[in-house]
Amino acid sequence: MESSKKRNIMPFVFLAPFLIIFVVFMAYPTIYSIAISFMKFKAGHFTFNGIKNFSFLFTDPLFYKSIKNTIIILIIQVPLQTIFVLIVASFLNIQNIKFKGLFRMFTFMPVLIDTVSYSIVFGLFFNAENGLVNKIIELAGGQGANWLNVGVLAKAVIIIALTWRWTGYNTVIILGGLQNISSELYEAASIDGASKIKQFFYITIPGVKQVLMFSVILSVNGTLQLFTEPYLLTAGGPVNETLTVVQYLYNTGFRSFNFGVASAGSYVLAIMIGIVTLIQMKVTKED
Amino acid sequence: MDKEKNLVIPYIILCIIAIISVFPFIWTFFAATHSNAQVFKLRDTFVLGKSFSDNLAALQGSYPIWRNMWNSIFISSVYTLGILIIDAMAGFAFAKYKFKGREILFFVCVASMFIPQQVTMVPLFIQLAKFNLINNSFAIILPGLANIFGVFLMRQHFASFPDELIEASRIDGAGDLRIFFTIVVPTMKPAFASLGILSFVNQWGNFMWPLIVLNSTEKFTMPLVLSLMVQPGMVVNYGAVVVGAVFALVPVLILFLIFQRSFISGMLSGAIKG
Repeated sequence: MESSKKRNIMPFVFLAPFLIIFVVFMAYPTIYSIAISFMKFKAGHFTFNGIKNFSFLFTDPLFYKSIKNTIIILIIQVPLQTIFVLIVASFLNIQNIKFKGLFRMFTFMPVLIDTVSYSIVFGLFFNAENGLVNKIIELAGGQGANWLNVGVLAKAVIIIALTWRWTGYNTVIILGGLQNISSELYEAASIDGASKIKQFFYITIPGVKQVLMFSVILSVNGTLQLFTEPYLLTAGGPVNETLTVVQYLYNTGFRSFNFGVASAGSYVLAIMIGIVTLIQMKVTKED
Repeated sequence: MDKEKNLVIPYIILCIIAIISVFPFIWTFFAATHSNAQVFKLRDTFVLGKSFSDNLAALQGSYPIWRNMWNSIFISSVYTLGILIIDAMAGFAFAKYKFKGREILFFVCVASMFIPQQVTMVPLFIQLAKFNLINNSFAIILPGLANIFGVFLMRQHFASFPDELIEASRIDGAGDLRIFFTIVVPTMKPAFASLGILSFVNQWGNFMWPLIVLNSTEKFTMPLVLSLMVQPGMVVNYGAVVVGAVFALVPVLILFLIFQRSFISGMLSGAIKG
């Protein structure tokens, strides 16, 4: 009798440390954040503010601009990276390649460097006066560019940096999926005379669809929350051309201390991420 | 013969990819030995300079860099240890006990994985200010522990642990906590290694939240102090910055080289959300 009673509380003994932390630092703030979205913070106090925070957001051109910038970076960076990932993974999956482990290790390495360090290093590479990239361009007879001070180029640098960092990581994810495709499928296709390119589109891509979609969802969510790279490379400039949504939220919340608007904006971001994730999941499930 | 020939292009491409992936690392290590002017000299890219000690002296002179290094190590280690204990216990509860509300509780926790960190940013800041934890290492550690992912991962690993073994130990009179720590945990080393490495590396590179809750250089972690060095409008000592970047990189690189296998699977476990 006593032992069964004991058994009933045992799961909660195991759960207690996590649950306490989860309630205090996750569940409660998530709900509190909804409340703050409808309040104004002034002189250390919150007062009810109706939907003014949301109407402020949706009439603020800067908020729209941050969404636009984030989406532009997203719709170029994620497909570009995904193409690279598929190519590199296919090459790494060729049967007779030697030193596979070594190649895999090297391609994986970019994800080891912390976001701040690699942003600084890329900033030095693309430095307008002295950077390595401009020097190489000049050596080749071209003219160097003012990378971080032109909107389009600054976005390009962020895209290049992100792609450098995340291609290898996602390649290793996809490689796991590729290894599950039976080599007999390829052999049969070869016998039927299907070219390598055809095999890629009719065997490889459908074979890795699940993991591929998963890697895309991860990348999309990551890019929607882009912060560190533009913070360090461009500080959102030139003239807010690389200001991302999360940077906007950070500036609003912790530079202007406009807590209400920042919380409201974070929910807009959450909804954006939710919708995008749902769409992607639906696309994967459909066929 | 024909097959060998076909592999030339793949080898070339893989080599190019490997070089692109590794180049910034090598560049950084060489640049750490360069003077401020030499950092930008193209032909010196792979030449060891003589300025490492000068750069280090400049770095130590301007920033409490060893203190920052210690802060990073302390925060990442305590956080990782906390995650391993708390998440393993919770994962075990979800995997091995039937209790009222288990499904709904688990659903709520998993749903929280889809909420971006920015949602809790403002209320957490206010809360931590009330607890008097602003500018304290635990302002980073404690909220981080509410991450459900590790619970999820651990639950999956514990699910495959044989129930009979637990039952048998119970009959022998062992308490559940003792069974957990002395019988179950020791068999789960690979899972702990994966989750541990993932947690450590994520926390090591954590930037935005520390930027919000830490406000004195003494308390800064490595990424924060590095970001401070390249603030707009500052005269940047490039050599010193790069030495700092090397310091931030080396611990993770060492972990990687020692535990390569569990390192990669650990980093990827973050990708297998199920």
